[in-house]
Amino acid sequence: MSPNEPMPEHIVRSYDEELRRLRDMITRMGGLAELQVADSTNALLERDSDLAEEVVRRDAQLDALEREIETFCIRLIALRQPVGADLRLIVAALKVAHDLERIGDYARNGAKRAIVLAQQPQLGSLNGFTRMARMVQENLQGAIDALVQNDAELADEIWAADEPVDEVYNGIFREMLTFMMEDPRNITAATHLLFIAKNLERIGDHATNIAETVQYAVRGETSAEERPKGDTSSYAVPPPG
Amino acid sequence: MPPLSESPADLPKRNGAFGGLKVRESAGLNGDIRVQVKNLDFYYGDNKALKNINFDLPDRRVTGMIGPSGCGKSTLLRVLNRMFSLYPGQRATGEVLLDNRNILDDSLDINDLRAKVGMVFQKPTPFPMSIRDNIAFGINLHERLPKAAMDERIEWALTRAALWGEVKDRLNASAMGLSGGQQQRLCIARTIAVRPEVILFDEPTSALDPISTLKVEELIDELKRDFTIAIVTHNMQQAARCADQVAFFYLGEMIEIAPAADLFTAPKEAKTQEYITGRFG
Repeated sequence: MSPNEPMPEHIVRSYDEELRRLRDMITRMGGLAELQVADSTNALLERDSDLAEEVVRRDAQLDALEREIETFCIRLIALRQPVGADLRLIVAALKVAHDLERIGDYARNGAKRAIVLAQQPQLGSLNGFTRMARMVQENLQGAIDALVQNDAELADEIWAADEPVDEVYNGIFREMLTFMMEDPRNITAATHLLFIAKNLERIGDHATNIAETVQYAVRGETSAEERPKGDTSSYAVPPPG
Repeated sequence: MPPLSESPADLPKRNGAFGGLKVRESAGLNGDIRVQVKNLDFYYGDNKALKNINFDLPDRRVTGMIGPSGCGKSTLLRVLNRMFSLYPGQRATGEVLLDNRNILDDSLDINDLRAKVGMVFQKPTPFPMSIRDNIAFGINLHERLPKAAMDERIEWALTRAALWGEVKDRLNASAMGLSGGQQQRLCIARTIAVRPEVILFDEPTSALDPISTLKVEELIDELKRDFTIAIVTHNMQQAARCADQVAFFYLGEMIEIAPAADLFTAPKEAKTQEYITGRFG
């Protein structure tokens, strides 16, 4: 069947309402996760500890939403015995809720580190972080939009767009190694920044996971190709001093 | 897919007529084909009820048939054992090959066919006679067995129908005293007693309670080790639970046939999707 064609309504209208409610819940959770990533990044860039604390506090809302979605999906499976596209949507919601919860954890972790970093001298320009955060947020937003709008083509785009994120991450990794080699007093800040960069990179991976889940939910099959990956930091060595 | 069990020695030996043919890849089931339906059209008078049906019943597999009322699935079942020939004005064109013979061919001995293709109906249809005679009745139509062999066959059929333990002490009691679920299993025993190759189930559990339904489903799962099975059901979960491959019919056409797991998770056709998810016009 053609993927993006809207399906007719269910004979049982309350079932349609429940599936709509599920989409709403995912949209709400996705929006909150996006906000957490954005605020966590802003807290870092603007050295705003208050905002960072706000991010840490708000994470509980994401956890609660994940539980709410999980409970609702289990209920739908038990009571509606969903099949076909409905089943795929419900399974996708379960998986995406988990991805979003993880994304929230990374944002919160970044916020905690931003609080520490705000008390340290600024290290470098953080331009790489600005770029990386923007790309990751765009991918996350696209992945959520793809899910909510049943848009497999958008999911394909997001799925293929993670490589530049990895490239920026590799750049930050090398930059931080250099700062640490130059002056051991940079190690505290550089280590926190490395973790933040890694967090952003992981958030990008989860956005890709969501895109993969959408591909399955909409088309009924996962993409056969291997996803392009560009994280080479595992092989990086310090530049010779 | 688990490997097929060997059929017991006392079952009719399968000739290898279709040994070389493989089930279409689209169905995702590999193995021999027991029944092959080719370009089948069916008419009630001038009304065309089945339109160019092509599909296979793989050997010792369960094929489920689903679709809204009037879609032709029960009609198709009635073609597979030529039950329609009892009614004037009903005719089928095309081919239905069982062991390399076209069962639509007028020269075919219909009693012979009925022995090869058994049928179980929606409502249990025990005869008003003893449990033993219910089973013996069908056997006597097709073969003459000495008493010991007959007793053995009756025990075998009732055992295979998962009823022996419940009725072995009252074989001479009337079948009408059995519960609905037991009566249906008795009808299944009566069907398998003549050792058919194919068993057709026409909504076999729609008159049964959930536990009796599960017993029949378990039985179907058990029987597919030895018999090729086609089941028409209105209960989609039942098709999902019982069938290896499922065919969806709509307005006399077969819209889609696929392994059950594929049809119920990712059907290819929009009409199938709409039907199984309950979005039908």
